[in-house]
Amino acid sequence: MSMQRRQLLGAGLGGASLALLGCASVSTNPPIGRVVVVGGGFGGATAAKYIRKWEPRIDVTLVERNETFVSCPISNLVLAGKRRIEDITLPYSGLGRYGVKVVRDEATAIDIDRKQVRLARGDTLPYDRLIVAPGVDFRFDQVPGLAAAESSGRVLHAWKAGAQTVALRRQLEALPDGGVFAIAIPKAPYRCPPGPYERASVLAQYFKATKPRSKIVILDANPDIVSKKALFLKAWNELYPGIIEYRPNSEVVEFDASSNVARLEVEDFKADLFNIIPPQQAGRIAEPLISVDKRWVGVEFQTFESTKVPAVHVIGDAISAAPAMPKSAFMANNQGKVVADAVIARLTGQPIDEAPILANTCYSFVSDTDVVHVASVHKWDAVQKTLVVVPGSGGLSSARNEQEGRYALAWARSIWADALA
Amino acid sequence: MKKRSSRSRRLCATVCAALSVGSVPPATAQGVDRQARVWAATCAVCHSAEGRAQSAIPAIAGRDAEVLYRTLLEFKNNQRPAATVMHQLSKGYADDELRRVAQYLAAQPLP
Repeated sequence: MSMQRRQLLGAGLGGASLALLGCASVSTNPPIGRVVVVGGGFGGATAAKYIRKWEPRIDVTLVERNETFVSCPISNLVLAGKRRIEDITLPYSGLGRYGVKVVRDEATAIDIDRKQVRLARGDTLPYDRLIVAPGVDFRFDQVPGLAAAESSGRVLHAWKAGAQTVALRRQLEALPDGGVFAIAIPKAPYRCPPGPYERASVLAQYFKATKPRSKIVILDANPDIVSKKALFLKAWNELYPGIIEYRPNSEVVEFDASSNVARLEVEDFKADLFNIIPPQQAGRIAEPLISVDKRWVGVEFQTFESTKVPAVHVIGDAISAAPAMPKSAFMANNQGKVVADAVIARLTGQPIDEAPILANTCYSFVSDTDVVHVASVHKWDAVQKTLVVVPGSGGLSSARNEQEGRYALAWARSIWADALA
Repeated sequence: MKKRSSRSRRLCATVCAALSVGSVPPATAQGVDRQARVWAATCAVCHSAEGRAQSAIPAIAGRDAEVLYRTLLEFKNNQRPAATVMHQLSKGYADDELRRVAQYLAAQPLP
């Protein structure tokens, strides 16, 4: 084997081809560049790992404020009592295998002039290239009364998986049979377009089994179901008749916690339990980079570099997405790989990939066994200067099915490993 | 014996990929087809090579390049009736792009 390899190297492949054969050597030379990644979600963790996997000469530090990773995908099954929070909680320790330095701290500011990230504990991290992957933050101020209802723990979003997922599950368990549960959806764009409808579906299954007189009312700020409409409607009509009531154009504009009433534009709505998903924006650490609708970060889609600040790349839910590009875990992961390649190119003097292709697949559970998907492929268009959906690519499930239920769970385990193991 | 032949196959695939890139941009100094590497990394979202015990979704790294390419083309051309998502995703890539993905995947270690 070694003889064969030497002969091949002698034939002109070059010593570094060894890396291709799984024999990447540990370099003692100083790093050729420093990358800081802010945020260890699906985008940031993937970017950090893949930079080191593809170019171990680059020093990569990942700043993450949480001790563990809690997955939003599959968290609706935790709400429905079909999975435990432990099942969707993962450690960051696997990134150490790639030489990613994980700093458990909160990034408090980006010093663009000095190319440094300031941390809550007072340290600063210098960078040659910065990747900002903060996800979304909530705009409680857009709904008067909601901030107080949230901070008292009375009204939860559970739109970042973790403690709120567990707390909302408890509220759902405590809801008496016959109680009305309302899910409020903000105007798009928001994290995980089909997520609220998946939540309604799997909770309808839970209600049907344990609280058959209860109802779920979806108060949707949007004029129609945002994603997988026909598939969700069919599942609701066939599996949970009479349980889910869907109300379009029903934006919650104010919340009165004392009477548990949500004010919509034309009426008041009372429920026994509310789950209000607030309007969203790019995570606040990215505020100096925000350039679209005062909410999202504009990026150049070949490299995901901020349109406002050079050497700063932004990926995931925080960006102003290209047409038909969802704020999803899959997409954030895929952007993490494109940005890893672009950052490596910049730091090693190689050309960037001028025509990236990204893909997305989002699975949604309509019951604990049956799943539907939406998929798309996005390719750089030199004329439109953005990523556009490749004509003829992508699509939806033809019908809900158990095979994709198995795929969805396998997908979750796979993307967790792809980002963190 | 089996291990050895799979290694030589991988080696061959590596060499073939390295020799075929030529003018295809962009590649690393070592001849890695960088575009194909990123495209193949998209496959890894579902077909991850890391941390897998067994999965409902098959592993694809380290498989024969020609078999992988033919399979992708069959998905793209609707010749796999049981397809759920791959027939939709494969249509987003030109045949040549699928061939390069297959070559890159074939050159990776078996999971």
